[in-house]
Amino acid sequence: MNAFTVRAVNMTVRGRVMLLYMIHTHVSLRVQCVIHVPSAFGCTVQLFNKLTHVFFSLQDCTFFTRKEILRLHGRYHELAPHLVPMDYTKEPDCNVPLALIVNMPELKENPFRNRIVESFSEDGMGNLSFNEFVDMFSVLSEMAPRELKAIYAFKIYDFNVDNYLCKEDLEKTLNRLTKEELTPEEVELVCEKAIEEADLDGDSKLSFADFENMISRAPDFLSTFHIRI
Amino acid sequence: MPRAGLITAENNSDIDLEFTGDEDEVSTFQEELERGRHRGRRRDGDREKKKRGNRRRKGASKETVEGEEESQNRLEKRERRRKRAKRHQEARGRERDEEEQAKIKSGKKAKTRKKVKNEKTRKVEEKEEEEGEAGERNAKGKMKHGGAKREEKKEDGGKHTVKEKAQEVKKKKHKTVVETSSEEEMSEEANEDNEEEEKELRPESLSPEELENLKEAVDERKKLIQSLRGKPWPMKKKLVTLRESQEFVEKYEGALGKGKGRRLYAYKVMMSKKWMKFQRDFENFKTVCIPWEMKIKEIESHFGSSVASYFIFLRWMYGINMILFGLTFGLVMVPEALMGRPYGSISRKTVPRAEEASAMDFAVLWDCGGYAQYSVLFYGYYNSQRAIGWLKFRMPLSYFLVGVGTVAYSYMVVIRTMARNSNESGGGDDNSFNFSWKMFTSWDYLIGNPETADNKFASITTSFKEAILEEQESHKDDNIHLTRFLRVLANFLVLCCLAGSGYLIYFVVRRSQKFALDGLDTHTWWERNEVNMVMSLLGMFCPMLFDVISALENYHPRVALQWQLGRIFALFLGNLYTFIIALMDEINLKREEEMIIKYNISMWEASFYNSSVSGNSTAPPVIIQPADVPRGPCWETMVGQEFVRLIISDTMTTYITLLIGDFLRAVLVRFLNYCWCWDLEAGFPSYSEFDVSGNVLSLIFNQGMIWMGAFYAPCLPALNVLRLHVSMYLQCWAVMCCNVPQERVFKASGSNNFYMAMLLVILFLSTLPAIYTIVTIPPSFDCGPFSGKKRMFDVIAETLESDFPAWFGKVFSSASNPGLVLPFILLMVLAIYYLQSTSKSYKEVNVELKKKLQAQNEENKKKNKRAALKAQTDLEEARNATSQTAQQQQETDGDEKHASRQRLHHGTTGHNPPPPDHERRPLATRAPVPRPYHHDNHGTPGYLPGFSQQSEPRLYRVPSLQRH
Repeated sequence: MNAFTVRAVNMTVRGRVMLLYMIHTHVSLRVQCVIHVPSAFGCTVQLFNKLTHVFFSLQDCTFFTRKEILRLHGRYHELAPHLVPMDYTKEPDCNVPLALIVNMPELKENPFRNRIVESFSEDGMGNLSFNEFVDMFSVLSEMAPRELKAIYAFKIYDFNVDNYLCKEDLEKTLNRLTKEELTPEEVELVCEKAIEEADLDGDSKLSFADFENMISRAPDFLSTFHIRI
Repeated sequence: MPRAGLITAENNSDIDLEFTGDEDEVSTFQEELERGRHRGRRRDGDREKKKRGNRRRKGASKETVEGEEESQNRLEKRERRRKRAKRHQEARGRERDEEEQAKIKSGKKAKTRKKVKNEKTRKVEEKEEEEGEAGERNAKGKMKHGGAKREEKKEDGGKHTVKEKAQEVKKKKHKTVVETSSEEEMSEEANEDNEEEEKELRPESLSPEELENLKEAVDERKKLIQSLRGKPWPMKKKLVTLRESQEFVEKYEGALGKGKGRRLYAYKVMMSKKWMKFQRDFENFKTVCIPWEMKIKEIESHFGSSVASYFIFLRWMYGINMILFGLTFGLVMVPEALMGRPYGSISRKTVPRAEEASAMDFAVLWDCGGYAQYSVLFYGYYNSQRAIGWLKFRMPLSYFLVGVGTVAYSYMVVIRTMARNSNESGGGDDNSFNFSWKMFTSWDYLIGNPETADNKFASITTSFKEAILEEQESHKDDNIHLTRFLRVLANFLVLCCLAGSGYLIYFVVRRSQKFALDGLDTHTWWERNEVNMVMSLLGMFCPMLFDVISALENYHPRVALQWQLGRIFALFLGNLYTFIIALMDEINLKREEEMIIKYNISMWEASFYNSSVSGNSTAPPVIIQPADVPRGPCWETMVGQEFVRLIISDTMTTYITLLIGDFLRAVLVRFLNYCWCWDLEAGFPSYSEFDVSGNVLSLIFNQGMIWMGAFYAPCLPALNVLRLHVSMYLQCWAVMCCNVPQERVFKASGSNNFYMAMLLVILFLSTLPAIYTIVTIPPSFDCGPFSGKKRMFDVIAETLESDFPAWFGKVFSSASNPGLVLPFILLMVLAIYYLQSTSKSYKEVNVELKKKLQAQNEENKKKNKRAALKAQTDLEEARNATSQTAQQQQETDGDEKHASRQRLHHGTTGHNPPPPDHERRPLATRAPVPRPYHHDNHGTPGYLPGFSQQSEPRLYRVPSLQRH
């Protein structure tokens, strides 16, 4: 909060009132909540309403509590202190590029880290805004239901974003899982087997329905497909 | 001219709501409308513009409110300006209209066919065009008008809206409304729209039916808000939807209900909001209250879920012990300390004269002697007085019930947790998705440590290789005889180890009894603490031995782990029971001693009485200090002391091994590595792994000892809480600082109930001896809350007799006679039998169903494959046919073949099928077949709820249509 208060000296009256309000209510959500508030505030009262409004909106959209969202914001800021401003009123939107997010210790060792980040970014290139960042960890949290996780797992494993898991996707998955230590024949065999097991409509690739049917019965899916942060 | 009237109505309503009494504004607007009336078909552009105008006016009205008194002059000026602006906007609107018109013309054929898809794509295109100029306006306009529009939309176009709601963003929907209104047949729709809008905005005039609809809509929104976090939408969409829905709810919630009902409704809404807020805060609070969450998360991210499962287990154990501690501390120790007789008042509460000198020595206290022995920490200190203090607290009864309650509570918690665990991990045994599961669920996303990740990669690779080998059925045992021999040998060795350790403990306990008879002072420290030390050392080294032996067996690592666990379990259990048997011997010795002392005391009392009688009654009665009174050995306290000593020494060895085995080793390996001949880190000593199973087992056994000894030493739960608390921090630190992740990374999910089952077994086995001693051995005559009674449980009967009315005792005694109890037990047995048999049959049915499901799956697969093949051939044929027709059309101009092809299409599919590719669209559209309803595309096989409907391959629609 300190850096923020220093900067706040030069703020407008509105900004100062806002700051006071936040300090008063221990919001300490820093100012990132302001991103979602439309830029034009009629008067301060309206602003307050909006603030409290937005204060809950992230909680409504994700499975996180306030504290966790705060911590996530800390992490997000940590990723790129030069990119992510503490003061969001001036720079309403900022994205952290894939290369920085992928270096988080939570994701660093994951063979699918690029895919995870890409499938949660809006542009598909892996640039995440704070909202998307929170969304990502919300889906990967313990509280997220199996169906939701299945949808995003499908997206993650769908390397060539064509809404189907075809053989190439499976091969890529397998090679990343085993660090390419299986021979090509073995890879071929495993992919064929996997498709044979899960493919219900016989088009020799897995649609989402196939995937969901398969993953909904997997005993370990819920326990492995989550990241603690 | 209904249209013009409607428009005025709409505007009036707006004005009514938003700025009542601003006459000027209204009049200017009316003028605008007059002009608008003439424009006939340009209506939709008008509507847009009006919206814009409204918005502007709203802003203006705010300004006026702020400025309060504005001069007429300025108002007029502003009006003029506004008019100018409006004219400008009109022009723009017209332009856009023309654009749209052109577009409509261009895509006229497509539109007449009313393909939903085409419409949609067109909408998207237009939206993108519009975005530039209207983006900001929409963003703001949505808030005000979006709600109302959406509402009216729902009212008029039933399924249409519903369908779209399921898939489209609210934002889009708003635009859809604009779009649809630009089409020809919108007049009726618009009519309804405007009426609807008017009514909604004036809640007083709502009919009950509409009110109901509105209510439904509001409820739907609320539901949407609730379920938003589970929606697989991108975050932006979620936030937008959330804000819109919230605004909608806020806006129309108040409009519901009339008069009194309305106020009540508003109150209800307010309360529900408050309640939600409270719930959320409470949730936040609860998550804050979970202890060590961050620590465990950190460990989990470094070492994977199996190591974290140990710490979660430890935390769970800590919770249980907290409750046990609360029970014993609150209902036994504190009342006795506060309300019971103070220290020194009677002989059982006083250190005997002979020990007084050394009672405060640390060595004695550490050994649970001296002042520690004569305190609330042990059984012997408690008085048998029936009610103590001004509360008339029934101390002996409380003591007994707490003892029973501790055990009962533990049983309950363990069994409940087991049931929950088994529910969670229900039915993962079928092997139908072996490879897919391996592929999609084997990576543990929690792993955040490079070494763990490497191990995981290796284990996944091996598991795939194993699976491939199994699949190829080439898995042959090279030398089955040798393996068998080795396994038998290994088991024999393990049995030898177990027997040896059992004998060693028995021998040591016997020897220690001999030492105890001689008097402790004559022996060394080792001889005094031999039993505990031997037990701890055995617990430390035997598992290592087992580990070495199990290398002989060549089992699959998972099976090997279970064998290992079973063996350690047997070892601990054997040790514990040997210890208890030795203890029972000691109890019997003490009781013999007690008999002698009792006799001596009666002699002593008699002599004392005689002397006082003989020495005349006038002589002052000799006051005997309680410290001088001779007393019995009090075997209960002895048992309690033994357990406390055991726990303490166990804790100490655990911590010391932790420090030496892990920390010191890590330090040596780390720093000696600079000046050593081989690589210490990668080579022989290396760093230690965190041994999950061993730690869990020692935790379980520790808990077993607590359950066993808690009745005789009320301080045990407190001690255990302390121990768990310290080991939480110490082990967390040790794991993070000096352990490396396991080489074989196992998933913890399956083994959770395995540990629980062990805990249950231990619970049962540890309550057995405790219950046995309570029921069969009479309590000591001069110490403890049950002194003077024949059996400990007599305290219940005593309470029944004296504290309850007579009839209650009678009922109780008659209920407990064998005539009633036996049938009751019989009934219970029958019930158990019945339940078991039903559960067995359910299981069979389950298996049967699973088989059926599998068979059906196979069948479906085959059927689908056939259908897909057929569809493909059909498609090929159709393609050929089209190419032929196209050629023929080019050559000859004959229409017959084309017509026949179309007829063929109608015959096969029932309704107009989508053309396979774009070139043929003009041909197919020549015959305008009325389409009864929108054929939505959520039936397509490749549809994924999270994805936007991007360029769906047409190919898949054909088979799906032909199938039904």
